[in-house]
Order: sequence, then C-alpha cells, then structure tokens
Amino acid sequence: MSNELPAAEHYVLTVNGVAHEVRDAWIGESLLYVLRERLGLPGAKGACEQGECGSCSVVVDGELVCSCLVLAAAAVGRDITTVEGLAPAATPSDVQQAFVDEGAVQCGFCTPGLVVAVHHLLDQHPHPTDAEVREALSGNICRCTGYGRILAAVQAVAEERRRV
Amino acid sequence: MSETTTAAGVRHGLGTSAPRPDGVPKVQGRFAFSSDLWADGMLWGATLRSPHPHARIVRLDVSPAWTIPGVECVVTAADVPGKATYGLISSDQPVFAGDVVRYVGEPVAAVAADHPETCRRALAAIVVEYEVLAPLVDAEAAVDGSFPPIHPDGNVIRHQRILHGDPDATGPVVVEGTYELGMQDQAFLGLEAALALPDPGGGGVELFVATQWLHEDRQQIAACLGLPDEGVRITLGGVGGAFGAREDISLQVHTCLLALRSGRPVKVQYSREESFFGHVHRHPARIHMRHHATVDGDLVKVEARIVLDGGAYASTSSAVLVNAVSHVQGPYRLANAVVDGWAVRTNNPPCGAMRGFGVVQACFAHESQMDKLAAACGLSPLEVRLRNAMRTGDELITGGPMDSVAPLERCLLETAAVPLPPTPDDHVLARPGGTGRTTDPAHVRRGVGWALAMKNLMYSEGFDDFSTARVRLHDGVAAVKVATAEVGQGFVVLAQQIARTVLGVDDVVVEPADTTIGSAGSTSASRQTWMSGGAVDDACRAVRERLFELVGSRHGIEPLRLAIDGTDVVDTIGDLRVPVAEASAGVVLEQTVEHHHRPTEELDEQGQGRCHTAFAFTAQRAVVDVDPELGLVKVVQIATAQDVGRALNPLSVVGQIEGGIAQGLGLAVMEEIVLAEGRIRNPSFTDYLLPTCLDAPDVVAVLVEEPEPMAPLGAKGVGEPPCVAATPAIVAAIRDAVGRALPRVPVRPQDICL
Amino acid sequence: MPVAIPTSLAAAVEAAAALPGAHLLAGGTDVMVEVSFGHRRFDDVIALDRVPELRAWHHDQGAGVVRLGAGVTYATCERPPLSALLPALAEAARTVGSPQIRNAGTVGGNLGTCSPAGDALPVLSALDARVELVSVGGSRTVSVHDFMVGVKRTDRRPGELISAVTVPVLDGWQGYTKVGVRNAMVIAIASACLAVDRPGRTVRIALGAVGPTVLRARAAEAWVAGEVDWEAGALAGDPEALARELGERVAAEARPIDDHRSTAAYRRHAVAVLTSRLLRRAFP
Repeated sequence: MSNELPAAEHYVLTVNGVAHEVRDAWIGESLLYVLRERLGLPGAKGACEQGECGSCSVVVDGELVCSCLVLAAAAVGRDITTVEGLAPAATPSDVQQAFVDEGAVQCGFCTPGLVVAVHHLLDQHPHPTDAEVREALSGNICRCTGYGRILAAVQAVAEERRRV
Repeated sequence: MSETTTAAGVRHGLGTSAPRPDGVPKVQGRFAFSSDLWADGMLWGATLRSPHPHARIVRLDVSPAWTIPGVECVVTAADVPGKATYGLISSDQPVFAGDVVRYVGEPVAAVAADHPETCRRALAAIVVEYEVLAPLVDAEAAVDGSFPPIHPDGNVIRHQRILHGDPDATGPVVVEGTYELGMQDQAFLGLEAALALPDPGGGGVELFVATQWLHEDRQQIAACLGLPDEGVRITLGGVGGAFGAREDISLQVHTCLLALRSGRPVKVQYSREESFFGHVHRHPARIHMRHHATVDGDLVKVEARIVLDGGAYASTSSAVLVNAVSHVQGPYRLANAVVDGWAVRTNNPPCGAMRGFGVVQACFAHESQMDKLAAACGLSPLEVRLRNAMRTGDELITGGPMDSVAPLERCLLETAAVPLPPTPDDHVLARPGGTGRTTDPAHVRRGVGWALAMKNLMYSEGFDDFSTARVRLHDGVAAVKVATAEVGQGFVVLAQQIARTVLGVDDVVVEPADTTIGSAGSTSASRQTWMSGGAVDDACRAVRERLFELVGSRHGIEPLRLAIDGTDVVDTIGDLRVPVAEASAGVVLEQTVEHHHRPTEELDEQGQGRCHTAFAFTAQRAVVDVDPELGLVKVVQIATAQDVGRALNPLSVVGQIEGGIAQGLGLAVMEEIVLAEGRIRNPSFTDYLLPTCLDAPDVVAVLVEEPEPMAPLGAKGVGEPPCVAATPAIVAAIRDAVGRALPRVPVRPQDICL
Repeated sequence: MPVAIPTSLAAAVEAAAALPGAHLLAGGTDVMVEVSFGHRRFDDVIALDRVPELRAWHHDQGAGVVRLGAGVTYATCERPPLSALLPALAEAARTVGSPQIRNAGTVGGNLGTCSPAGDALPVLSALDARVELVSVGGSRTVSVHDFMVGVKRTDRRPGELISAVTVPVLDGWQGYTKVGVRNAMVIAIASACLAVDRPGRTVRIALGAVGPTVLRARAAEAWVAGEVDWEAGALAGDPEALARELGERVAAEARPIDDHRSTAAYRRHAVAVLTSRLLRRAFP
C-alpha cells in the first residue's frame, strides 16, 4: 500500500478464537473491511456502511454489533465471532439448518448477519415471543423474503431447543 | 410444507419444497457473491460522477489523479475504444459523459488504484469544470415540448395510445381521479460489484458480475470495448438480489475498460450511496383515470392519461410504458378504452425496470378507481371486483383474447375466506409507531382494503426472449447448464427438481451460469420458471428420449413403452426395470435446447396488437391499523390467493409472495427517492426506508393451482403479482380506516392526519 | 501511534492534549459513518472504549443523581437497574437504531454529536442533566442546555473529553416517545420527553427534531404545572381538554423546519400529539 495513507501499526485481532496479524493497514479501515479483505473471512457483508442493515453483524465480547461501525485497529484484545465461527463447515448449526429448511434464504446477502443475530438472540433469550424476536431482528434488513420464513425459522429452532 | 417425495417416488422433485443447493453455503457465509471475489494483483476501481443534473463539461483534467501514488489507471470518454454509448432498447447512454452530463451521478471518469481509499483520493483530485444548465425536472414540460431537447433523441422517449371499442362510449356512473407514484428504488442488498480479468495481450476480458442477463450485458460491453462478443466472457458472480436494477449496464464496461487499460484484474464495488446513483429506479408516474360504468357497477369504458418520468436515458422506458398503458384495463372485462401514455426524458435519475415494470403504476390507479366505483354503485370492494373480473377468452383493450387461465373468482373468494386477524394485540410493538411507542390502543383505527391485479409474463411486443439449456446425463448424475441469472428467486433448485422428476435422478449438478452456453434471457418479467424452466424441461426430455432409445435398443424394447418411475427406467407393459444410474453408466447423453414462447406483436398506433404472451393474477386483502392523529400505519395482515398455475416448489412460491408483498408495502408507506431539482436528497438507508421485520405483516397465502396449458410446466411466474397488488390493497385499507382520498404513494403521515 | 487506546481517563486526557486533531471514538455509530462517507479524514484516533471510568455509572442516593460515564451504552440504559432509575432514558435508549447500534452507541456520543434528533438528548434536557468535561487543564461541568449550542455544535473545547453526564433522579412519572415513518430504526421526525417532579411540582417537557437543538417548552411547562392538583397527583380539570391545550401550547414553542424527512407542519402537529399523550400517560 502506498505511503500516502496513514498506516496503523501492526496489530492482532482475535477472530473465532484465532489470532490474526494485520499489517500495513490504512488506519480508517473498519472491522468489516479487515475481516473481508485482510483476514479471508468474507462471511460478513457490507450493504450500507452505516449500521442500517445488519448484514455485517458480528459478536464482539458477547455483544451483537455492526462490524462496519467498528474501527478494526481499536478492536484489539476483543473476542470477535463471525458467521464462520458459529459452526464447523461440515455441520451447519441448528439455526443455519433451520434457515435452509424453512425457506428463509433467497439471495442470501442478509443471511450471515441474520444467522449471527439469531444465534445471539437465542443464546440470551431461549424462548422469545414473536414481538421479542421482531425487536431483536429489527436491525437486520432483508429485501427478498419479507421476513415470514425467517421468523418461522427462528421459532422452529426455539421449539426444537425446547424439546431437547 | 416440506414434503420430500412426489407420487413417482423421486426425492425433492417437482411439486416439493426441495431445499436449495446454495442454501448451506449461504447460511455459512461461504457463498461467493460478486463482492467476495478477489484476484491476485487486483486493483480497485472507482467512478467519478456528475454532481449536477444538467451541465456542460467545459474542462476535464485527470492529470492530478495520475500523480497520486498507487493510481494505475484513469479513463474517460476519450478512452472508450468501441461504441461510445449503450442501452437496452436504444443506445442513447454514454459510457462516460462526453460534453454534457444529464443526471446527478452520471459517470464522467474512472480510476483504478491499489486501495479503495487511494481511489477516493484520486477521484477527488480530478478537475472537472462544469457550466451548469437549467435542468428539466418536470415531466409535463417534456410532454408538452416546452423544454428544449436535453438529448439528440428528444425529450419524448415514447408516446403510445390505445383506442379500443367505441371511444365515445359513456356510462351513467363516472368516477375519476389523478394518481401519483413516487420513485421507488430496488435497493437490493448485494451492492454492485464486478471483477474483470484482462487477457494477456488485451484481446479479451473475463468478467465476473452480479447481473440479470449475461448475454445482453456481453453484447453491450463488447460493442463498447470494440471487441467481438466472444472476446467478453462473463460468468455470473453471486447476486444479492436484483428486482430489475441489474438489467441495465452499470459498472460492467468501466470495470472491463480499467482492466484492459491497466493490464491487471480490477474490482469495482459500489457503496450504498453510489448504488442509489448507479442504477435505474422505478418510474415515478402521474395517472389520470376515468371509468364509466352502468348503475349496477359493470364497467363500460376506461379513459386514462399516463406520464412516466424516464429520467435522463431511455433504458427500458418504452417497454415499461407499453405495460402501463396495456394494464390500464386491469383484470377486468372492459369493452372500450381510450388511453394516452408518455414516457419522457428529464434530468431526473434514469428509470427502468423494477419488479412490476409499469404495471405497479397502472394497478394502483385502477384499483383506487374500482373502490370509487364500488362506493358510487353501493357495492362492496369485493363485489365490484367479482362482478367485473375477467375470464379466459375476454377481449383485451390491445385486441385479441386474454387466453391465459384466469381463476379470478377463486382468487377473490379464497382470499375472502381467510379469517381476519384478531383485534389489535396488547403489545405496543404491534401497534403503529412500533419502537417509538407513540400509540396506545385507544388511538388505533383498523381498516380493510382489496386489490386485484393482472401481470403479463415474459417480454412483449415481438421480443423473442428465449432461453437455452444443456442437460447431460452420465453415470446417474444429471448436469444442467443454463445462463439463467440466479438472483435469489430459487431457479437453481427448480432446475434440479425438473431434472430429478424428468430423468429420475437424485443427483443434479447445476453448473455455473456463464456465456459458454446460449442466452437464458433476463431474470425479470416473472419469466424464468416458464422460459428457463421450459428449456431445462425440454432438454431433460430430449435426454430422456435418448436414454429410452439406448435402453430400448439394449433390451429389444420399443422406446415408446418406456417411462421413468422413481429412479428407474421401466417398461410400462413389461417387466423390465433398470435403475437410471445403471442405464446411463459409462455413457454421456447430452442435449442442448432453446425454449421460445409464442410470437407476440408490436402495438400499432391505436395500441392494438397481441403484444403479451400470458398473464398471471392475484387477489389481496390488507388489514391495517392506523393511528389517525399521527398518521402512522402498521400493516397487520395480508391475505392473498394467487394464481400460480402449479406450485413447483411451494416454499419458493411463498417466499416470492411474502417478499413481493414487502416491496409493495414499502412503496405504499415508506419508500421514496426524494428529489429536489434533479438531486436525490436521501441516498442512504438512513433516509430511504426499507421495511424491517417489525413492519412486516402476517401473510396468509393461498396458492391457487389451475395449471396453465401454455406453460411448459403448467406453472406461471409468481414474482411480480404480489408486489403489484400489495400497494393498492394497503392504501385501500388506510382509506377505509381514515376516510381520506390518498391519491399518492408512498402515503406519508401528513397525508393521513393533516 | 495513530490509534491510541488509553486504558484510563488520565491517559485519555493526555492523549487528547497530545493529539489535538484526533478523532474521539467511542461506539463508532456516528464517527465511523462519517469515515465511510469520506466526510472525515482519519489521521489520529483516540479510542475511548477501554477507559473504565467512562463505562461506569453510579447512583449517588444522597445527591439524588445518577452519574453516567460518557461511554455507557444505550443497551446498558435500557436494562435494569439503570432503567428503573431513569425510565425515560431507558425508553429513549430502546428507540435508538437497532440492537446492534444500541450495543455500541453511547450517551456521551449522543451528546458529542448533538444532533437535534438525538434520542437521549430530550431526556437529558428534561431532567436538567449536567455535562462533565475533562482535559489536562482540569474538569468543568456545564448544564446540558448550555452544552448543546446548535445543530451538531456543542460547547466542548479542543482537548476536552466528555467524561460523564450527571442526571437527577426525579420522583414522578417520566416517558419518551418519538415518531418515525416505519416501526423500527428511524431517526426521529419529532420526539418528546415529559418528566414530572412531584416534590418540585414541575412538569418538564423537552422536544427533539423541532429546532436546532433540543428545546424545552418552558412556557407550556409553567402553564401545565398550574393545572395539576399536586396534592391529589392528578390533573385539575378535564384531562382530554388539558392534554389538547398542552399540545397546542407546546406546538407554539416548537421551531421545526421542512427537510427531506418531514415537514414543519407535520412536526409541529406531531409534538402536540406526542406531548398530549405523554401527559395522559403521566396523569391517567
């Protein structure tokens, strides 16, 4: 990268339990940018750069946040979980499988952010009411599905977890 | 909903809610959208855009950009090697503005550099001197010719009349109104992105892009690059929704040009703000409509005047206009029509395809009218529609019979049969105002509204939008190759389902969509199930025929006796049963087929001509809660019975219905690109509001299945009708709650309460 | 080092003095948007999210105030025990953006950005909060009314950080409500906070998005305080009529404008309705 842009010193981010070194980055890079362009974790998506759509949702130190609004260089020392860290590649999580089974996936662009948000919701509130689910997911925009199948998927998982 | 077997016994065949093959990668974040693509040595590209709606470029100096370290390439109109312009219908749109810019956001130059931030600085360094000109922003001034032409092709893109039946017919009951629709944006989430890799030597380029129609893109790109079509090889990059906004060229030529000029791979990716400027929008419209009817409420005649603001370049405005004028009739029996329609050019943002394609506008007007008619005749909204609903064989105002299956009565009655939702929930989030907690139960008034919609399927006016499919059977595995753009609608799973059912195989590989095979036409116009589904079906049947010939000759049986049963080839009058896997072991059976629909005609000067292939219908009943004092709306329930022909994948169909309704809801109450003198005031998701899950209603969808004999699989397209019907149904419900005329969408709070 | 990550308030203050042009970054929900849009150039940044003093809050029962560190997030405000002490702030916090935004966005950030539509601000105004600013030169407090100077302009001086906001705990009903075009994630077109101080016999009314900064409708406040039977804790007259009149009086003090989000006429009407309803909620 050219010397025109102020660089951040080498820093380390812990993502999905793994330490990643970041070098020669421009200081203003968001966590979303670094995940996607430097750490080989393109699961989180950028659809608005403003925290208005939730496609970039990740969990940082147990809190659901928009990675487009997190300055990557300031996220050192935090535990970051992305969609890639929710389940091993060979076995989708119950939330992920429910999304597929219930038809909650069309174009799929909002899906990683939603899956992260749903995991986070159910971890904190295992038996959410419909109103609680809607409020919890109100920061995740979907343009394809109209949300019906997404809400069905969430309830299916909550049901299933209740049974187990 | 998730049945996995059909009567024939193959898993996940036609008629089942088979899971989509890209579902697991998508939920894991492993699915590659165009924006996820990457190449070694890749540069980032970015576009400089006009800040003025209308201006002459007096001076353009890109040299300062070249001095910025990290900048590898800068291009302008002077660097376009081939055709300077492109366009879907007429090539009126410059790759880069030459001497004039005609809309805010028009591309003027592009750069490629080592980092997006370097690109931003390079663009800021380019010097452009503009002589600002007065913009044409009033569509009426384009119609009446009072504004000088802003383009050599003139300010009227198309004018189309329809004269049908007796133009002087009248009826004792007359209702009229002037209706307006604001500019809606497709707002797909997957922002524009493309990656171009130049061939060494520069004789060609490989492009990965999220688009709706690979071959149409290729043709336009090649022409602009001065290359033969084969020099541009396109592979579909993962598409994050489209809804019409990817039909036109946006970043394709720029990306390829930067790659060819720099000799390196170049990736261009739009931000959300840029995306608002970078693609076409839905045409804002002004429609005056008058209906004549008998005292009993039978329609006699419709008169309409429609003006569509096409913005700076023609795009598909001409075709959108044809849809708008021809669908003035709505799904109703109507003997007499006088319609006048214009699609005009202004310095507003260019408009083109968006889900519904001109029918959204016409339907909002005619459904508003039908409710006025009902009131004038003492009928209910349901009665007036039942009374006038079209039947198969009825005459269209463009001439000729409407010969699609038309189960309109069923659509209306089955919608009416859906129980109304219970009285408002006690939960504040379920009330208007949502998380703002503005509204107590006493402040709520509930309303119910209806809409009945008709939507044409496939392209019109003589356009042969065929699709091509290649199917190969080998060792019990089928491979399907189509250039169909999967934009989220689920064509990839339908292709598998067709092959499973027709060929009796479980394993179906859907190969990447690219230009190594013939065109599949556009993913738009609710056409891919019919056309690409038809092509895949044709190709599978052709392969099956070859398979039967093979089995027949091996076993001395007449191929006509053979059939597929589950995953076996069987002799229908004998004992032979051979698994398809075994029968196809060691051989490759392959067929490539084009599927065409029947020819259509252009409209003549009187708007007569058999210009559409087929139609689909839907009925919707909306229940809304309104806070009349604050003008806030919560859509509670949409009940709908939609004419789908045959539900090939019920879960996919429901997904299209629910998704289409959400977009119609957006237009009804919250989505509008706000313009001031040609400038977009709200190019962000902060102020261009999309429905959240707290805005989404309960949707109760009934799938009315009366197979369409003309359709290859009996199935009609389902994507657009729900979007078309939702807007008028919701506005009708708001009117029912508050008694206001509400002739304009999106309805704003002040329209309801002030 | 371009990104300073101080871990104490003292270190943060020193960094602010050493890097006078540095951007102060807490939740990032405003600052990072400006970076993405290219409105801000990032040369030096001081990240404030590891400063424990800024994250903390404390209820001083004796003084009857809650001292909120500037880095307290909306999510913290939404939840008990803080939500019980400052219920209107909890309501306001719950309307901000989305859960993702609320987990990151801070009260201090809302003050620092000072948008006329900022959700916490009408509450801080109605409760007569005081803003604490700290620099190498020391600290000072200023009333929130004097702190919010204009549209996105505050009294914060170069080298100063907002360290805390001190919010009186009132004895009486309080609530916040805001209007937007959709049911979640909206910037307020109009907002209002109403807070009753029973012992003090005052009704405070603060309005958002209808002026260059948050407004207190002081004339309307004075009038309505006189219409309350404070002994009985009820309105002394026909509640509907009083609520309607309060709305009209409040509307007269609003100074809304037309913009791409809404019109002055609607905003004026909306604050009238919101305030009437809040009064009815306060005095059912």
